Amino acid sequence: MTELRGAGRKALVAYIMTGDPTLEQTVPAMRALVRGGADLVELGIPFSDPEADGPIIQAAAERSLANGVRFEDVLAQVRTFREFDDATPIILMGYLNTVERMGSEVFAARIIDAGVDGLIMVNLPPEESAALTEHLRGCADIVFLATPTSTDERLASIAELANGFLYYVSLKGTTGAGHIEVDSVRDNVARIRGVTDLPVLAGFGIKDADTARSIGRYTDGVVVGSAIVNAMAELEGQPERIPERLQTMLGDLRRALDES
Amino acid sequence: MSDSGSNYAQPSDDGHFGTHGGRFVAETLVHALDDLSALYESVKLDPVFQDEFAEDLARYVGRPSPLYFAERLSKHLGGAQVYLKREDLNHTGAHKVNNTIGQALLAKRMGKPRVIAETGAGQHGVATATVAARLDLECVVYMGEEDIRRQALNVYRMKLLGAEVRSVRSGSRTLKDAMNEALRDWVTHVDDTHYIIGTVAGPHPYPVMVRDFQSVIGQEARSQCLQYAGRLPDVLVACVGGGSNAIGLFHPFIDDVDVRMVGVEAAGLGLDTGRHAAPLNEGRVGVLHGNRTYLMSDEDGQVLATHSISAGLDYPGVGPEHSYLKDIGRAEYTAVTDDEAMEGFRLLNRTEGILPALESSHAIAWVARHAASMRSDDIVIVNLSGRGDKDIHTVAGIDGIEL
Repeated sequence: MTELRGAGRKALVAYIMTGDPTLEQTVPAMRALVRGGADLVELGIPFSDPEADGPIIQAAAERSLANGVRFEDVLAQVRTFREFDDATPIILMGYLNTVERMGSEVFAARIIDAGVDGLIMVNLPPEESAALTEHLRGCADIVFLATPTSTDERLASIAELANGFLYYVSLKGTTGAGHIEVDSVRDNVARIRGVTDLPVLAGFGIKDADTARSIGRYTDGVVVGSAIVNAMAELEGQPERIPERLQTMLGDLRRALDES
Repeated sequence: MSDSGSNYAQPSDDGHFGTHGGRFVAETLVHALDDLSALYESVKLDPVFQDEFAEDLARYVGRPSPLYFAERLSKHLGGAQVYLKREDLNHTGAHKVNNTIGQALLAKRMGKPRVIAETGAGQHGVATATVAARLDLECVVYMGEEDIRRQALNVYRMKLLGAEVRSVRSGSRTLKDAMNEALRDWVTHVDDTHYIIGTVAGPHPYPVMVRDFQSVIGQEARSQCLQYAGRLPDVLVACVGGGSNAIGLFHPFIDDVDVRMVGVEAAGLGLDTGRHAAPLNEGRVGVLHGNRTYLMSDEDGQVLATHSISAGLDYPGVGPEHSYLKDIGRAEYTAVTDDEAMEGFRLLNRTEGILPALESSHAIAWVARHAASMRSDDIVIVNLSGRGDKDIHTVAGIDGIEL
């Protein structure tokens, strides 16, 4: 992330849900995202109760679970991806109960072994993260979220525990919501920069190249999730077209971000 | 409502009951929860708020609810003296209103014009819609599609009260999914909306706040029992879904170490069938809906589908304080099946002329099974948490009757 900033390049993070539409599509889709211009790939761990996700990613998780996707399958996709690409960072995104059942130590060992670089746990606040951070230390980062409702004091305490980058949730709502406000992002990212030198990326509600361009102006990069998942869902019944579609889509986002 | 003078000091300042509880939520909600915690701490010591709360419970809800000696039931069972704490006689027909009265007063203090709620059996939805109507608050209630089907009466009641009932079609289409959807609404409308959680689960401060509002049940039962029987009861029994009626009864007795506390979960078709809603009996510790607690989930942490004849118990988690009371051995948790609950339901109708909710029928069923093995001077207090009018269609269906 620091290298990207040094090179003056805005980071483009692309999210897909593991096992959606099928497990066979996951690695080809990840590679297509990278070919199109993604700097990081964020891979969703399907969870039965995704309380912070909007309808698009909820539906993707339901499809994945209906396909019988297990946590071990998520790690297997990371390993397979690593056979082709050992440079692009991979971040897993999910919910804490995936960790709870096996425990922080086992979970951390398993994701590090698979080649994961970072972790976003939507419902793990920084003050509860000590055990997991300890077991991941030096091998993978937990990415913390900052939001429009985080107070300055809260931002400072989040920043103190953060590594890698800060993920700014650019709206009050769930993933894929449609009411992002550029001015609010600008002001809040400025507040965050007041408490940390870490790169700040914005996500939630970045639905197309235009949004990426305008948000990218004030951030070190953007995270695009629901729009990508939705594009994949629109190709229902023609999964063979997914890689090409994603590569084109990411190419558009990449160009927009490079212009911002 | 303060724990001062008690040996029992739970939760910690950050909302942990031992290793349970806490605040596991999306960051967007942290500020609202901080505000709510601060406000709640201030009103605990505010006589104006406490008087208003007590006044509403007296004049609007009809408290104190009676502690009724179920003489015929006791004779029929042939053992302990069974008393019923009649929460079914509260306005709106269940204990849920104790909590919604308190939280609506908080919403008013926060100046939030909109409240949301999740509901399973519909009792909490009705209780929320009721206080919203009274305080002129906009009200949206999330309810699983499956529960809307089996609780049609309460759905219509909520609509009559001016609430909007939103059908939840994700996941298992029951209470847990309604709670997911309510959390999504809250994260989107956090500035103008207060989320009235209906049970002692959820992120801090909900478990402690709802416990305190519901503790009026146990406070009354304790003094009523002392007054009528001249001593404390031997056993307290309550059904446990999320566990708010049980905590409400148990909590004021926690320091009375000789008083046995029994929480009754829903064993559904049987604990060995996997088709139940008994996380304290069969679950493992996990995190859902903002708190760490016993939870029904598989090896990957996927939350399991639950089953209970009673919509209000059909939930895979449980309030974190119950998990703590289980761990320290202060309360015991058992389970009764759908069939046993139905027997309890019929028994109370026939012996006492009282139509209990199917939720409360689980507690009755436990007493029916155990009263005979107790001494004839043992006193058992059963929390009759709600009335069963809402369940008539379910019961009639079991009897093969279409109403």
